Amino acid sequence: MQTSQAQSVEFRTTVPEAGPGGTGLESGVRDLGGNKLRTRQLRAFFGKAEVLRGIDLEFPEKKVTAIIGPSGCGKSTFIRCLNRMHEVVPGATCLGEALLDGKDIFRMDPVRLRREVGMVFQKPNPFPTMSIRDNVLAGLRLNGISVPDPDALVEKSLRQVAMWDEVKDSLGRSGMSLSGGQQQRLCIARTIAMQPKVILMDEPCSALDPIATARVEELIHELRDSYTIVIVTHNMQQAARVAHFTAFFYMGELVERGETKEIFTRPSQQRTEDYITGRFG
Amino acid sequence: MRANIRVRGLIDRAVTWLCVLATALAVVPLFSVLYYVAARGLGGVNLAFFTELPAPVGEVGGGAANAIVGSLQLVGLACLIGIPPGILAGVYLAEYGNSALGKLVRFSADVMAGVPSITVGLFVYAIVVLQTGHFSAYAGGLSLAIIMLPTVTRTTEELLRLVPEALREAALGLGVSKWRTTISILLRTALPGVATGVMLAIARVFGETAPLLFTSFSNRYWAESLNEPTASLPVQIFTYAVSPYEDWHRQAWAAALLLVVFVLLLNVSARLLVRPRV
Repeated sequence: MQTSQAQSVEFRTTVPEAGPGGTGLESGVRDLGGNKLRTRQLRAFFGKAEVLRGIDLEFPEKKVTAIIGPSGCGKSTFIRCLNRMHEVVPGATCLGEALLDGKDIFRMDPVRLRREVGMVFQKPNPFPTMSIRDNVLAGLRLNGISVPDPDALVEKSLRQVAMWDEVKDSLGRSGMSLSGGQQQRLCIARTIAMQPKVILMDEPCSALDPIATARVEELIHELRDSYTIVIVTHNMQQAARVAHFTAFFYMGELVERGETKEIFTRPSQQRTEDYITGRFG
Repeated sequence: MRANIRVRGLIDRAVTWLCVLATALAVVPLFSVLYYVAARGLGGVNLAFFTELPAPVGEVGGGAANAIVGSLQLVGLACLIGIPPGILAGVYLAEYGNSALGKLVRFSADVMAGVPSITVGLFVYAIVVLQTGHFSAYAGGLSLAIIMLPTVTRTTEELLRLVPEALREAALGLGVSKWRTTISILLRTALPGVATGVMLAIARVFGETAPLLFTSFSNRYWAESLNEPTASLPVQIFTYAVSPYEDWHRQAWAAALLLVVFVLLLNVSARLLVRPRV
């Protein structure tokens, strides 16, 4: 994205500098094997409590990877490490390495990183003071990135989330006037307007009804040709429906990761099988 | 058993009526003040009151044009001096308020909010009036600003804290820097509430008399600049009310009515501001 030139002044008062950094491994471009993003021994803490105990996971480019696991297994914390939102919480820290296109994200400016690794949250959170149109443009506008043709970008982003026909006549209305499902798709439109490399979704459908959920899932199907997507979900059917790969987390550890079909039909670990067959969690 | 229920019913009704009575007692002073001020003040309100300078002592007539403009100048100055640091301090408290400095600032603001306004006036008298050697609108504006400051600070902080965390995350998640998130999302979302707090603070200082007595003092003519003694409605009311002239009493009531109307308007617009918009 050729946007950094148009940037206004960059204030780095945001999140502490590079963070705890790598594990001593040299960082730099390395052989990726088609992986957009990978983590090595990623650990996360809230204060002294270790909630992620060394996760090695890779995310192939333009594929959907689902992360499943019982509540409190660290799956949300994990994806919040991937755009460094975890560190925003007071007392929260990360250790280990996460490579985006071979570059360690903990050595990047977190503000810059988050433009490349977008995030969709559990509850739809459009900006209440902005219109639908301004919500779509919010990421660019607030970052001082000049948009050559904002109308085209708004239309393109809203078309990508299959909302254009629903809202094209009411772009000036408040984002809060939409239904929950529409709000969530608006948030996705806002994220993809930034043209991120990776989209993280933290239980994007858990606040939505089944119809709205189906539409967001359709949307993920559409987006997976163009974006690398990581989705955290409580809903195993959802993982089975949308994801190429599925990773099962339990108690802050990665139990196993594989092709979705494999995980749901022939898991190699007993704990995975117990979870997906509903014996616990 | 039956008698017991009758007693309960009686107690219930008695307590209800006690509450009604207490409410009425609380409202009576408010309405009698409003009524009395309106009844006594309306007689003094005429075109001359708004357009003319006070008449020379002993003559009937004249107005309070200089006091009206002076009050607006003083409050305007107070806003310019008091609101920006107040809002910024509020942002600081909301964002970093849990640090030792944050706690100190919050505590000081709370203490300052309780300092009698005459003390603030005395302070400004000492550091401005005695230093410059004369009364001025600047000194008056500064004392009003100091009175506004803690209210604005604490209101801003409280309202920023009410903005859902989800919005902060949404903005940070889009790669928006922290300062930009604070200004463009958090403060923007809290703006109607912050504006309300500011207007209530303005309403409060509008009627302040004590700190103006020895900072802006008063003036029977137009002040040539902000660096001169300046008339204001509250001080005018004070001066006229304790005077022996009937016509001045009439004008004092008119000025009081005007002050009440100003404060009422500010309060009503503050309420309109926070009403949810469609």
